[in-house]
Amino acid sequence: MSYVQSLRCKECATEYPIEPRTVCDNDFAPVEVAYDYDQMQGRVTRQSIEAGPRSLWRYKDLLPIEGAPLAGQRSGYTPLIKADNLARELGVRELYLKDDSVNYPTYSYKDRVVSVALTKAIEFGFDTVGCASTGNLAHSVAAHAARAGLRACVIIPDGLEQGKIIGSLVFGPRMVKIRGNYDDVNRLCSQIADKYNWAIVNVNLRPFYTEGAKTHGFEIAEQLGWQLPQHTVVPVAGGTILPKVHKAYEELVTLGIVDDNKPKIHAAQAEGCSPVVKAIQEGKELFHPQKPNTLAKSIAIGNPADGYYVIDVVNKSGGHAACAADAEIIDALKLLATTEGIFTEPAGGTTLACAIKLIELGHISRDESICICITGNGLKTVDALAEVGNFPDAPVIDAKLTQFDDLVSQIDETTTCESKVSASSQAASNIAQVKCR
Amino acid sequence: MSSAVTVLIPTALRPQVEGKESINLHGSSVKQIFASLTGEYPELGKRLFKSDSELNRFINVYLNDEDIRFLDNLDTAVSSGDELSIVPAIAGG
Repeated sequence: MSYVQSLRCKECATEYPIEPRTVCDNDFAPVEVAYDYDQMQGRVTRQSIEAGPRSLWRYKDLLPIEGAPLAGQRSGYTPLIKADNLARELGVRELYLKDDSVNYPTYSYKDRVVSVALTKAIEFGFDTVGCASTGNLAHSVAAHAARAGLRACVIIPDGLEQGKIIGSLVFGPRMVKIRGNYDDVNRLCSQIADKYNWAIVNVNLRPFYTEGAKTHGFEIAEQLGWQLPQHTVVPVAGGTILPKVHKAYEELVTLGIVDDNKPKIHAAQAEGCSPVVKAIQEGKELFHPQKPNTLAKSIAIGNPADGYYVIDVVNKSGGHAACAADAEIIDALKLLATTEGIFTEPAGGTTLACAIKLIELGHISRDESICICITGNGLKTVDALAEVGNFPDAPVIDAKLTQFDDLVSQIDETTTCESKVSASSQAASNIAQVKCR
Repeated sequence: MSSAVTVLIPTALRPQVEGKESINLHGSSVKQIFASLTGEYPELGKRLFKSDSELNRFINVYLNDEDIRFLDNLDTAVSSGDELSIVPAIAGG
């Protein structure tokens, strides 16, 4: 049994049964799963959640599945890191990182949405699943499909990082590369879903898929001791996760599980693909699509389907938006690595770089609690970083102690310490002249 | 001067056009093509347009491979043999 009632259009509130469905027939707007929150009162509680498994399925009552989870049984419940080193560097009091770079099994937030979508695909009786992807989603769909015994067809833009291509191919899906960018892939997938009876997770399973993203928000709240951070900074690509983190917070408030502290949700995009950020900054309700040009390929979506809802949630919550140039993204990615030991992909660097800008601009108060959403892993994008990361070549020596001694004598220890500190400080100041406190 | 343009109809909109997958129409701009389309199928017009001059924001229209918002939007010129696709926006990542 579940608390699911129907699918409901986000614009005109037309109700549909629980079925594979892309959009509302009346206005093409997204449809969203509607739940019976009254029935949940007193039944879905802190205690009922805490008694669940250490995975995203501890929030099963707030997800649209009918039976037991059939995919991603171990996904989710990633660490929430209290980032004191980074907080000191940025001069803020209370900073957290929600670290989906170690999500299981494919190291990105996508393992959440795919767990729900594939469970739903099996419930509906599909034998083939697919997706349009910038890389992480393809990786996740391929892995989960392999374990669940489903056939997979993943469609990606030509020119993605090798880590994501090989990382997906190893699971044995059919992969098709499309000449063009993600928005071209997206258009084709929409037409494929129209023609073939496949479960395309982000097309005809979209209403269920997107619900999985709420678990990122539920976990932030639970891991903070059932509190909401005053600020949450979320990356924006297609616009799925940001509104769903907000919805997660709202649901917990509705159920009386957390207090409503009016959390502000902030949007982060790469400067080379920033349609939503531009719209928010210009006070517009609609965005103008862009042709992406950024090394943050996983978030290079120029025509974000849920961009309108990102704009709405950011404005409604009192949040702001920022975008970061490629160089700033790399600086932030390195700052996160050198201060907290976390290696994120350029999307994560984008989110941190934008958070730093919002702090510096005063849109995020230094005395309030801040959570930065890290949604992907840097090991998948090393080729991108190798080109622009500006790393020194490591010296090569024979296996002789004398040669090592020579190396050590060349390096003055004081210089090493200073250069380490100044390297990370410079990363922060490069982004927005952040003053250390 | 008018020319034949093929409009590709997605499944969700086919009930409004007697189940047709595509429709050939004449006109010199996207606006003219859509005017004849919605003239013939008024129910479709209600879904495609928010107002007389503005498309519903969840509709993407492509002339061949290009989003018309990168061209001249509804004023984009069309010529014989062009394809106009109506595609709903979908989630991503």
